[in-house]
Amino acid sequence: MSTLTSSPSAQSTAAAAIQTRGLSWSGYLRVLAVGTLFGIVLTKSEVVRWQRVHDMFLFREPHMYLIIGTGVVVAMISMLLIKRYQIRTIDGQPIAYEPKPFHRGVVLGGMMFGAGWSITGACPGPIFAQLGAGQWMAVLTFMGALIGMFTYAAWKDKLPH
Amino acid sequence: MLDWIYQPWPWWFSGILVGLTVPLLYWVSGKGFGISTGLQQIGAMCLPNSTWSYFKKFNRRESAWTLVFILGIVLGGYLANFWLSSAPLEFLPEHQKNWMGGIRLLIGGFLVGFGARYAGGCTSGHSITGIANLNWPSLVATIFFFVGGLAVTWGLGSWIFGPQA
Repeated sequence: MSTLTSSPSAQSTAAAAIQTRGLSWSGYLRVLAVGTLFGIVLTKSEVVRWQRVHDMFLFREPHMYLIIGTGVVVAMISMLLIKRYQIRTIDGQPIAYEPKPFHRGVVLGGMMFGAGWSITGACPGPIFAQLGAGQWMAVLTFMGALIGMFTYAAWKDKLPH
Repeated sequence: MLDWIYQPWPWWFSGILVGLTVPLLYWVSGKGFGISTGLQQIGAMCLPNSTWSYFKKFNRRESAWTLVFILGIVLGGYLANFWLSSAPLEFLPEHQKNWMGGIRLLIGGFLVGFGARYAGGCTSGHSITGIANLNWPSLVATIFFFVGGLAVTWGLGSWIFGPQA
């Protein structure tokens, strides 16, 4: 596991260098295109529906598990290919995953996130897809998420990590 | 022939496209797929002079793409619902569309925003990108996403949502 997450140091410093800068205008346009595609997939797969999330947590249907599972497998194979063939970005920069660290928040925050996901039927991506699709009540979910983020920002240094 | 596009997409097709989002985003921008950092970006932009370390140490330029990505999701939701669907989707069930349902969304949204930032990521950054990169803390996070969700749904479900859910 560790051999795959830790990339050669030269590669990760190069990646760190590009990541401190913003993107070019064409870069942002490409990000917009990928985001649009993702928003379409979230909506057309019905991952954005409250009932789908509720039925996932009740084990009534495998739909959500199959989508997440397939997504993980496809992404995993893609990452292995990117590493194996040292595929670079469209601009010729190296691609490196930046590992997310473990701390107590992963457990405590994770449980809170899951609870919120089951109540609202939306994780962060679907909140925005619901807004775009005209589900006005998603404004409340979004406002709640913003208040939650600001509260975390204010309490961060006092919380166990 | 293209009729299937206007129907709900099958899980395998959706799953493949969700998975391909990760290499696609890396390829076009060098950025790791994850959405909840966008919430931090919004906070950091709203409070440019904040002394909170969460915003002070945050590189706003480096993460500006997260807002563009979010804008794309909004646009995608619009296109999918109004241009690529035979009938508009029912996002929330009828029993959620009332005052109590709205308060639930606000409280649940708080847990989503606070929890995702405390855990360091959400379903996209941890469950998809993190696990795909064999990052074990992301697997732990995903397990606890389900611990929290299952506990609420099975433990409090009929009390929170009523028997009709």
